[in-house]
Amino acid sequence: MTETNGYQFGFLDEYAKKEVRRSVLKAIALPGYQVPYSSREMPMGRGFGTGGLQLTLALIGAGEVLKVIDQGSDDSVNAVNLRTFVEMTCPDISTTTKTQEATLIQSRHRIPEKALTERQVLVLQVPYPDALTVVEASEDRRKAMHGEADYSRLLVKLYEDIVTFDEITISHRYPTRINGHYIIDPSPIPRFDVPKMHQSPALILLGAGREKKIYAVPPYTEAIPLAFEDVPFRVEDFSDAQGRRRPCQRCGCRLSYLDEFINSTTGDKVYQCSDVDWCNDQLEMAREQAA
Amino acid sequence: MKEGMKKILELDSFSKVYGRGCLRCFEETGPEQTNICPCCRSVVAAHDVSFSLYQGEILGIMGESGSGKSTVVKCLYSDGQPTAGVATFYDNGQHHSLFDLNKAQQRQLRNQRFGMVYQNPNLGLNFDISAGGNIAERLLMSGDNNYGRIRQRARDLLRRTEVLPERMDEKPKNFSGGMQQRVQIAKALATDPPLLFLDEVTTGLDLSVQAAILDLILEIQHELQTAMIVVTHDLGVIRLLADRTLVMKYGRVIEAGLTDQILEDPQHAYTQRLVASAL
Repeated sequence: MTETNGYQFGFLDEYAKKEVRRSVLKAIALPGYQVPYSSREMPMGRGFGTGGLQLTLALIGAGEVLKVIDQGSDDSVNAVNLRTFVEMTCPDISTTTKTQEATLIQSRHRIPEKALTERQVLVLQVPYPDALTVVEASEDRRKAMHGEADYSRLLVKLYEDIVTFDEITISHRYPTRINGHYIIDPSPIPRFDVPKMHQSPALILLGAGREKKIYAVPPYTEAIPLAFEDVPFRVEDFSDAQGRRRPCQRCGCRLSYLDEFINSTTGDKVYQCSDVDWCNDQLEMAREQAA
Repeated sequence: MKEGMKKILELDSFSKVYGRGCLRCFEETGPEQTNICPCCRSVVAAHDVSFSLYQGEILGIMGESGSGKSTVVKCLYSDGQPTAGVATFYDNGQHHSLFDLNKAQQRQLRNQRFGMVYQNPNLGLNFDISAGGNIAERLLMSGDNNYGRIRQRARDLLRRTEVLPERMDEKPKNFSGGMQQRVQIAKALATDPPLLFLDEVTTGLDLSVQAAILDLILEIQHELQTAMIVVTHDLGVIRLLADRTLVMKYGRVIEAGLTDQILEDPQHAYTQRLVASAL
């Protein structure tokens, strides 16, 4: 065993990692099923990504290249702290901000814009793993509902949404059916990212540290957002009042998920790519073309 | 019963005991004694109840509180497991042994082939979602996934049960008791079930509303040929709705037969008292 800075490699002891890996195997074998696990104490508060962190630490090994993002950004406090922690406890790994260089990506709120590949694993931090909590308070009954794939009450919620607001108003954590059976809460990713899970070449693992659950969307697996036959699922379209797709004010991209800022001097609304790495890539490509 | 009529349901030797039960439970309890076994203190909620039900027929189960009438219906509707007995539900050439189904099969029958209307609309309706949403829930459970079609069906059903379709997007908690009961009936009818359970549906409503609800139930029976089991302690409801009636006391059937016969010529002392007191 490698001792590093006084810590075990990967902070967790080998038994804890083994347990997480076993849960991961089970989660992959039962796509979308929430596998309970013990969720060890981490040196940070539950709810700050301990579920994702435990997955990362259990899977990471020498030679891995890690990228950590929070809200699409590599530089936000949570992402920086998590990255520093992994660097400190796992000396033989390297980190990156480039999506295509990473073998392991830990993320909160976003799936990177750049298409993931078969050699990559995406780890998502999940606050609320069970999509049924909004319609059923009892966990016992929720388990039975998952077992029987009884999700009609989620559809009733969508029905009520359409009746009240003329459209489905769920902006993130959109209930998504995996491999034709279990419906998952795909963590707080926006609707925009849900289609990226469908038939994804990369393995997607979701870890909820506080709720002690791990689940997975295995590679090349169906991930279908819940919708009606005649009211299909749609993603955020970012169009302005004239119906034109807004571009990123920094790189001009019209395909990415945009964050809305208020310009503090002018008070105007400003739209910019949420995925910083993607935005930088677009700028660089534009510069190369201009040169 | 008329020859050639389609049998919907057959219940044979149904028993339900709450508690651990003992060998003497059944001989120590009964209509002349009580329903609590003096040896083991188990409650014999129902014992040796048998009947059959045919298409379009209304069967009344009458008795006082604690007579076991609701227990029978609850177990048939998979809300409880019986201690003994066999129930067979005949449906489109298939027959289902109701007490041997797994949870998924129970749910499927409940959602698609049975309807239940409770005395308290709280039990049958979700007050946090609209009236239309309540009906949609049942349609969604039975696998319909088309928003437009579900809306249309909900509107038709509410119109049929005389709830203004303009109010379908309102929450049932804003409705009067009679309206709530109509929404419950609309919800129960959403999947055109061949069998409907009505548990004290008019209890607690004022008389004119009671009459309107009973009329509605009779119209539905004529129109859709739905078989129904009506549980009530109200002789008036039995007289108006039921073709045949079982009278229960302390978990046993003490009298069974054509409703007219039972009301005109009751045989058991208890039924005689009941009929006499109501008139």
